[in-house]
Amino acid sequence: MSILSQRDAEAVTKEFERLAGPVTLTVFASELGGETNPQTVALVKEVVALSDKLSLQEFNPYIDRDQAEVYGVEVTPAIVVEGARDYGIRFLGIPAGYEFSNLIDSIIVASTGEPALGVETRNALEGLTEDVTIKVFTTPT
Amino acid sequence: MRLALHMAVASSRVKAECIETTEFPELAQQYRVMAVPKIVINDRVQFEGALPEKEFLNAVLRAVNGQEAAG
Repeated sequence: MSILSQRDAEAVTKEFERLAGPVTLTVFASELGGETNPQTVALVKEVVALSDKLSLQEFNPYIDRDQAEVYGVEVTPAIVVEGARDYGIRFLGIPAGYEFSNLIDSIIVASTGEPALGVETRNALEGLTEDVTIKVFTTPT
Repeated sequence: MRLALHMAVASSRVKAECIETTEFPELAQQYRVMAVPKIVINDRVQFEGALPEKEFLNAVLRAVNGQEAAG
């Protein structure tokens, strides 16, 4: 059974018309994790199937330790969204509900490389001299 | 979340992590998440709820060097 409804799949397919460059979704999941591990893998596979610009990598951080280290992933399930480079975008836990739309948005902006931010914001970010990690805590609703 | 994601694409200095709170209760506890969305920047600046872009940027700048955007 699909996770995405046909209506959702059609809506996402339409959104993906904006995709420009290729995007890789890397999923870290483990059988030792909770039920959201296989659900996240299934969800990402369904999303990747909606555009030929998307590709999937699947790792188990407890087995594929090198990859887990490269991507800095310590928990599962986790999704890395990579476009022309690794933008540092991570989803920890299944991106359900409202977070699903953020996953789709992140795929599109990773693909185009063109963030929807004002000039002042972009200039200020270009001037950063220190690394910044923004953690956003959400719930599935 | 959207602003954090777009900022990550805008700057190689910025990383954005979206954390599903109910799946990682230990992280939620560590960061004292009482309401969502809760945003924590470099473990230094934190706030709850969505902010307009300029205020979000100011929170980022406060987290790194105590600066705020002019104007």
